[in-house]
Amino acid sequence: MISSLILLITAILGLFMIFVSFFIFFTKDLLQAILGLTLIGLVASVYYLVLQAPDVAITEASIGAGLTTAIFIYTIRRTGRMSK
Amino acid sequence: MKKIFGLIIIVLFAYVFLSFLLVVPFGRKPGHVANYYLDTEPEKLGGKNVVTSVVLIYRGLDTLGEVTVLFLAALGVSALLTGMKRDRKKIRKPSLIVSAGTRYLFPMIVLFGSYIFVHGHLTPGGGFPGGVVIATAFLLGYVALEGIGENIKMFHITEGTAGLLYVITGILGIALAGTFLENFLPLGRFGSVFSAGIMPVLYVFIGLKVGTEMAGLLHSMKGGEHG
Repeated sequence: MISSLILLITAILGLFMIFVSFFIFFTKDLLQAILGLTLIGLVASVYYLVLQAPDVAITEASIGAGLTTAIFIYTIRRTGRMSK
Repeated sequence: MKKIFGLIIIVLFAYVFLSFLLVVPFGRKPGHVANYYLDTEPEKLGGKNVVTSVVLIYRGLDTLGEVTVLFLAALGVSALLTGMKRDRKKIRKPSLIVSAGTRYLFPMIVLFGSYIFVHGHLTPGGGFPGGVVIATAFLLGYVALEGIGENIKMFHITEGTAGLLYVITGILGIALAGTFLENFLPLGRFGSVFSAGIMPVLYVFIGLKVGTEMAGLLHSMKGGEHG
């Protein structure tokens, strides 16, 4: 089914996702938090590809990693970069 | 205080998802309805991508609802932002390398997005992802090039026409085949681009609509001008 190398890579990526989500939770800088969200979206699209859902992977990569980032960055340009 | 509240919400979410994941087995055989779709779909509707035929033919009305929800969301954003004072903050001029690279990337990304929605009934993807890919091309254009995608009126015209044509195709289904969004075109040769009846037609409309909608949304979000 899934070869052991892909299993290892996805395990490492999953740990990375957990680490990044903790970083997003504790950081005060909203720009860094948004970039962390983008990273999680990219890794999630790799996961969807491994789980054989390529259409969901395309959607996640373009919306989760592309458009959401842009909309959030435009928003913090109108409001402010640091969380209070 | 805010962090503690957030942590409680996250733990609740994790509890709900984990309890579902432990009950539902992963990768089991498809159920009754799914088997019916997988067995009868290719000769009945002629689409190679079964997901697409489920989304567009069996659940076509839901897809129309999805398009409507997206339209209302974009409308809400532009209604909120037109009242606001448009900030004329000058943005730094993009560097030469970025703008020169974008000039070559932009048409390729638009072509790739069009490929995704034209081949929606054959390969993974479809109207929504294809449209969003086109919108990301316009995002790159807004960041790196000056004067691209500024003709916002054309976006609105394309979007409205595509949405109208979607509904007209559905009504033609009533007139020619009996029910709303029913297939009335010939199925063609299985696996070629011009096949599967109205599926590619509908996906072209959805792709154009989503792409122009998202690009217009980004345009109204961005504010500021290159100086």
